[in-house]
Amino acid sequence: MPIVSISNLSKTYNDGFQALKNIDLEIQRGEILALLGPNGAGKTTLISIICGIVNASKGTVTVDGADIVKDYRTTRELIGLVPQELALGAFEKVWDSVCFSRGLFAKKPDPAYIEKVLRDLSLWDKRNSLLMELSGGMKRRVLIAKALVHEPRVLFLDEPTAGVDVELRKDMWALVEQLRQAGVTIILTTHYIEEAEAIADRVGVINRGELLVVDEKQALMHKLGKRQLEIELASPVSELPASLSNVALEVSQDGHVLIYTYDPHKTDTGIDALMKTIAAAGLIIKDMNTVKSSLEEIFVKLIKNGGEELA
Amino acid sequence: MNMYAIQMIYKYEMKRAFTTIGQSFASPILSTVLYFVVFGSAIGSRIEAVDNIPYGLFIVPGLVMLAILTQSVANASFGIFFPRFTGQIYEVLSAPVSFIEIVIGYVGAAATKSLIIAGIILLTASFFVEMHIAHPVWMLAFLLLTCISFSLFGFIIGLWAKDFENLQIIPLLVITPLVFLGGSFYSINMLPPFWQTVSLFNPVVYLISGFRWSFFGVADVSVGLSLFMVALFLLACLLIVWWMFKTGYRLKQ
Repeated sequence: MPIVSISNLSKTYNDGFQALKNIDLEIQRGEILALLGPNGAGKTTLISIICGIVNASKGTVTVDGADIVKDYRTTRELIGLVPQELALGAFEKVWDSVCFSRGLFAKKPDPAYIEKVLRDLSLWDKRNSLLMELSGGMKRRVLIAKALVHEPRVLFLDEPTAGVDVELRKDMWALVEQLRQAGVTIILTTHYIEEAEAIADRVGVINRGELLVVDEKQALMHKLGKRQLEIELASPVSELPASLSNVALEVSQDGHVLIYTYDPHKTDTGIDALMKTIAAAGLIIKDMNTVKSSLEEIFVKLIKNGGEELA
Repeated sequence: MNMYAIQMIYKYEMKRAFTTIGQSFASPILSTVLYFVVFGSAIGSRIEAVDNIPYGLFIVPGLVMLAILTQSVANASFGIFFPRFTGQIYEVLSAPVSFIEIVIGYVGAAATKSLIIAGIILLTASFFVEMHIAHPVWMLAFLLLTCISFSLFGFIIGLWAKDFENLQIIPLLVITPLVFLGGSFYSINMLPPFWQTVSLFNPVVYLISGFRWSFFGVADVSVGLSLFMVALFLLACLLIVWWMFKTGYRLKQ
């Protein structure tokens, strides 16, 4: 049985904006699911409905077989949420804030466990600091501590690495892996393909309230992760030499740059052969640059194709 | 019942009051003492007794009501509005907590603060006038009911308000005039007949009348009616809060 089961879920806000359209999704126990999508895609609305922060307009959600509306106490005890915004008080101490969260979830005080959570998140030394004194990264760690302190079985991370430094991002990924080892199911939303690639088992792509696709990471990354190699030439070319006519190359308008689109997941990306062909054709390379397709670009493509490319 | 959650919310709110002790307690008490000194001692000594009660003593119940009505509304509305404003409300909404538990936590804390304020004001008043409470149990009952029902009313304002202006507008434009015109400083029997009738549409008249009766055994309207009106107001507020949580009005929409 999936740990989270979403059926025909829709949400229309009071202003008429339809944030979710008939979402069907099953999340398996112990997996890490990344929900990719641009701003306003519906990711946060989806998470908010499951956690009880937003009411659904239509559809049902069950967590471990229990309905999130009828059996909200059961489902919410199982869920932890790290919100996107740094929604924290200012004048509380870290320790008090974390204790407050545990109490809300009807758990009796357990100083030893709270200490463990704070130590795992490198917050132990800050336990007596006021929340307002913490850096943005530390505040995010506090939000994670607050979400973990009632020992949830399902953890929602809403854009956990948005605006955080590399060190914290890596720490966050390590923590996610550690939680998975402990059997926690993790659902995270992100803008970053690399993040999904690094830690997720499955990836869902959501846009304009529609779940375009959910697939194993490898399968989806293969389709999403295209890159371009920009080759700047010492002298412009008006047209490609005959030896390069069979290669999928584009030439910039001024003739200075050759653009080669390739799949980085293939063993043979074709770059090596291309370099040799360019050298044999007598073209002199001045500079090179690889450009990753941004998620937004991929989404534009997906939207134009109505997601058919991924289906 | 999630007792831990109630305890956490209650303690959090009470702690907030004590960390801002000047704003929470000192300010309303100082205002009331000033009213008392000006209207009770200075001007009051030149005003005739009302219903055979010296004016300085007569205004004590009204001043207590003035303070607890405004403070209950202010404390409870801010208590729930601020986490909505900062986004911290997500934590309460995503926790296994029922609406009644949330209400007990927030409203209970706001009502407690008002009760503390009322106690300090009564204590302070006893330094100025000879206090005599004819029906202490009823006095406590009226005090408790008023603190709870107006904290609930403040809670509704805190849920309804979209911004800080909204938060202030009802207390300033509705509560304050109703309290001043509700007989805090006078008996409505002192008004011309037409305004006496108009006053009966002011719910605060019933509160102050009932509360004053518990002190002096004299009331503008019958005590039973006062009690009924407070209970009715409490019930109406509870129903509105229940509806707000059920529909997610401005919370989960």
